[in-house]
Amino acid sequence: MKNIIEMRGIVKRFGNFTANDHIDLLVREGEIHALLGENGAGKSTLMNILYGLYRQDAGEIYCKGKLAHIREPGDAMALNIGMVHQHFMLVQPFTVAENLILGKEPVRGLRLDMAAAKRRIRQVSEEYHFEIDPDARAADISVGMQQRVEILKILLMGAEILIFDEPTATLTPQEIQDFFEICRVLQRRGHTIIIITHKLKEISQISDRVTVIRSGKNIATVETSKVDEGRLAEMMVGRAVRLRPSKERREAGEVVLEMRDVHAKDPRGLPALRGLSLQVRSGEIVGIAGVEGNGQSEIAMVLKGLAPFSKGEVRYQGRSYGKGASVQRLIDSGVSHIPEDRQKSGLVLGMSIRENMILGMEDWARFKWGPFQKQKEITAFAEEMRTRYDIRCTGVGQEAQSLSGGNQQKVILAREIARDPQFMIVCQPTRGLDVGAIEYIHAQILEQRKRGCAILLISYELDEIMELSDRILTIYNGEITAEYQAGQVTSEQIGLAMAGFRAAERTGQDVPEKKAGDAV
Amino acid sequence: MDVLTQLLNGSMLAATFRMATPLILGGTGGVFSERAGIMNLGIEGEMLVGACAAAVVGIATGNAWLGVLGALLSGGLMGLLHAFICIRFHANQTVVGTGVNILATGITPLVLQTLYDSGAASPATPTLEAWSVPFLRDIPFLGAVLGTHSPLTYLALLLVPVSSFVLFRTRFGLRVRAVGEHPRAADTMGVHVYRHQYISVALCGMLAGLGGAYLSLCQVSMFVKGMTNGRGFMAMAAMIFGKWNPWGVLLAALLFGCSDALQMVLQAGGSQIPTDFLLCAPYLLTVAALACFVGKAVSPRQVGKPYIKD
Amino acid sequence: MRNKGKLVFFDGQKALFLLLDPVVSILLALAAGAVMIWALGIDAGLAYRALWQGAFGDANALANTLLYAVPLMFMAFAFAVAYRAGVFNLGAEGQMYIGAVLAAWAGYAVTGLGHTAHIVLVLLAGAVGGGLWGAAPAVLKAKRGVNEVITCIMLNYIAINVTNYLVNTRGPLRGGSTLPATPVIQDTARLSKLIAGTRLSSGILIAVFCGMALYIFMWKTRAGYKLRAAGLNAQAAECGGIPTTRCAVTTMIIAGALAGMGGAIEIAGVHSRFYAEFSSGYGFEGIAVSMLGANHPFGILLSAVLFGALKNGASAMQIQAGANAELVKVLQALVIFFIACRWSIAKLLAYKWGAAGKDGGGEAREEDG
Repeated sequence: MKNIIEMRGIVKRFGNFTANDHIDLLVREGEIHALLGENGAGKSTLMNILYGLYRQDAGEIYCKGKLAHIREPGDAMALNIGMVHQHFMLVQPFTVAENLILGKEPVRGLRLDMAAAKRRIRQVSEEYHFEIDPDARAADISVGMQQRVEILKILLMGAEILIFDEPTATLTPQEIQDFFEICRVLQRRGHTIIIITHKLKEISQISDRVTVIRSGKNIATVETSKVDEGRLAEMMVGRAVRLRPSKERREAGEVVLEMRDVHAKDPRGLPALRGLSLQVRSGEIVGIAGVEGNGQSEIAMVLKGLAPFSKGEVRYQGRSYGKGASVQRLIDSGVSHIPEDRQKSGLVLGMSIRENMILGMEDWARFKWGPFQKQKEITAFAEEMRTRYDIRCTGVGQEAQSLSGGNQQKVILAREIARDPQFMIVCQPTRGLDVGAIEYIHAQILEQRKRGCAILLISYELDEIMELSDRILTIYNGEITAEYQAGQVTSEQIGLAMAGFRAAERTGQDVPEKKAGDAV
Repeated sequence: MDVLTQLLNGSMLAATFRMATPLILGGTGGVFSERAGIMNLGIEGEMLVGACAAAVVGIATGNAWLGVLGALLSGGLMGLLHAFICIRFHANQTVVGTGVNILATGITPLVLQTLYDSGAASPATPTLEAWSVPFLRDIPFLGAVLGTHSPLTYLALLLVPVSSFVLFRTRFGLRVRAVGEHPRAADTMGVHVYRHQYISVALCGMLAGLGGAYLSLCQVSMFVKGMTNGRGFMAMAAMIFGKWNPWGVLLAALLFGCSDALQMVLQAGGSQIPTDFLLCAPYLLTVAALACFVGKAVSPRQVGKPYIKD
Repeated sequence: MRNKGKLVFFDGQKALFLLLDPVVSILLALAAGAVMIWALGIDAGLAYRALWQGAFGDANALANTLLYAVPLMFMAFAFAVAYRAGVFNLGAEGQMYIGAVLAAWAGYAVTGLGHTAHIVLVLLAGAVGGGLWGAAPAVLKAKRGVNEVITCIMLNYIAINVTNYLVNTRGPLRGGSTLPATPVIQDTARLSKLIAGTRLSSGILIAVFCGMALYIFMWKTRAGYKLRAAGLNAQAAECGGIPTTRCAVTTMIIAGALAGMGGAIEIAGVHSRFYAEFSSGYGFEGIAVSMLGANHPFGILLSAVLFGALKNGASAMQIQAGANAELVKVLQALVIFFIACRWSIAKLLAYKWGAAGKDGGGEAREEDG
């Protein structure tokens, strides 16, 4: 088979950081090619170059055997290259149809010809079995459906080569299977597909060949059928990896936190928690598995006192929260929180490490002297944390924004653990981090469990939940749909529950309660 | 009662339309700018420069319509300046807007001083004669309200449906709205983000300049230092109050214009209320309107945030 | 790991950039201004020489420059403290008017106090008036979600009209003279002159003191820490238990109080009474001063002197070179533009040198992409 894309000797630098160091990528016509690498390995950068979002500092791209100069996405589109980004590029208040025609709108006179646009969308949608409603608002449709809109978008542009950037990151296991089905349909119709991923399992399921990238260099391109997951993991990380951290068993203590029939609304005022109940005991990690946007953020917001709840009860150490407790009081009484988005909620990026280190503790006796701050004490504390957590920086006066993601997360972890928490809400603790940092953060979380802290772990990475949790709760549409003991459940079972199928263990069979609808 | 008679014979409503004209023009301009994601606090300055340019060109050529053209061009240039700094350097848009306003308050008296040897006011300009629309002017009441106005007032009124059509029914409008909501999405679809922002902000400047021309060529027939007196800011308030929609801007502008007209009627009628308080009315109403009826109005998502293309 | 020597180098480099940025902006603005002056048919060299002479030529010129600088310092403080806390305070002008009129009232209506006590009372009156006026937009934003920029500007116009009313013919605070002004304040309420024979009062000492107090407040106290955290990242501050809306209101009260105090010092130190529309747009100029001073109290002290010099030298420039004094406003605007562009040699140098000082910058970026 001939190569449809040849990227040769691609180099891309950001400042003095080399994201791509002479990478070669050869993609055959009609294949599904996986691009495997850790976060930060440079795979997204490489694809952004192919799609014209970045320009390479050196190296050449050949498309269908001809040298291609790709300066902007328009050039890539002209070569029939299309890309579906990890974060969907949909204009939320627009309808699906408006999103789809943007950039090449059909017009009649001055007016947009929406009727013609919708006709064409329906036709292509049927052709690929997408079942898309062109009149739905992008903000109102499910994640899986949004992904289909994104795929349809580039198909309408005439894409023959489709690039998917971490396509399964926000999908349920069932939606992932649907997505693979779509990929096979596309392949049958002659399209070439490149999938960027760091998930080993998916590679063996869907791809024909895989190219592994590590620290900006390419390691190998292999036929998927000729390697196993362990070998791929080694190539990706550069050493043998332990796929499961060892975790001693221990008995959970008394109930530290309890939510009973809690109802709450999301920032848009729509119901997000609908009668949610859960318990977390000391020395226990409770994992919440679920697809993003099913109420996880609101659980964290309510428990942190950042959002009010309209009904139900939250008890911490036996005492009841008001309808939205004071964040400061909760912090003072031992509630710590590792927020989902470390740059938006975890750190004040424009402040130094030392100032970030006391965020939430600035009024503690240790750091205050009347209305003033004990500057020396704060610095000493920050230095201590820097040493203990091995935070790589030029000094504690360095601004948080110039730290790498892993070190930023360490600053947050250090601060939250320094409070000797009785209860920790841990959200997406390792998003976007490399394997080394992930291992470190997981070890720290387990260390807190050992100390007797009650931990609620919210993550969209099912693997992370399965690895760390003692008990696993699945959340769907603002309710807990199932509860499992760790080690007594498969990811398939959890996946079903995440999609809204209530696992009725007591009756011994799965009763579909709500089907995961696509359009709302 | 004086106010009542004025209300009944339509002259107060006619005054409302007159006072609302610069607000409609500036506010509609603001809608374009902010829909494209650029907050334009410089509308006040663009209006002031437009008023000045209209007077200068009008006096120099003796033709009021050429003055209007001058206002369009100068306002557009100010808009481009704002756009250039905001887009090219990803500058803080509020800061730059404030700079545009200070520039306008400095440069207009400078021009007056240089050309007419007086820093305070220009000589009389040619007036843009009012149009009296046949048939419409003969309709009772409606004729008194809408029958006779400056061509710029009719233009402003015409602009409302036109802008609405452009924004919501044409290719350009769809792209502008996409740029203001999700510039990266627009970019990946091959829409030129910066180009649409430049066009929208320049358009905003031109419309604001037109509003200024109305002040100097129609309302008083001369340019007076600082004559916009916050109308550009009120136009922005009308834009927020009107929820970034031309029809909403029209309603908000008419509301603010009405308070202005009422204030003038009361003042002329020798009301017991001190003049200075009456002069506060439009500003107070603006604050009250924003506080009571708007609440957390939803602006285009990316307004004020520079789009940085990698 | 980096050694200590390099760490010092990094900090020194940063301080150098902090200084370079505004200096380059001023130079660029002056150069652009020269082109404008030249375009008006005036000898730019002559104009700038006259400007310099008028601003720093002799003791009296210097005193007047500082005299102009004092209100600018306060207006810039009022902008900077809010800006640091994430609020855009365009209402300093109105806050100053309300502060000034209350200060004037306290200055003439209250009698029988000692000098110090009366001065303190006048300053307090100014601070209270300005603070209340400043609180209004913040409260409206917190309770009703109204954009503070628009409210601030509308409140400026309202403040000017209200104070106009107070000193107009039928106004309750009208003095006996033909001017629309309050009566002259008591002798006990006047600030003493700092240098005999000039108009410079001890107001500048109060300004410098306020600057230092503001620095200590912002960078050494818990309240200042909270304000800055709220300004830099409200969401993270909320997560850290900082009540950001309350912070915004507090900030605006402090900002308004500073602006009002500036107004009070204008009354007690310069005009000796409040008269209608006494300010020539100090509020907006304060924004330029603050931006040029990197929104830092010490930077503001310096940049206010520079802007005071521009204002003071402008009249000399107009008389001697025939360049209109309004040119100074154009220069201010240009300074704002250049600062906003962050267009400077420093930036370019930072790009070249700074690359070595930031490990992980690229990684962070890769993650976002």
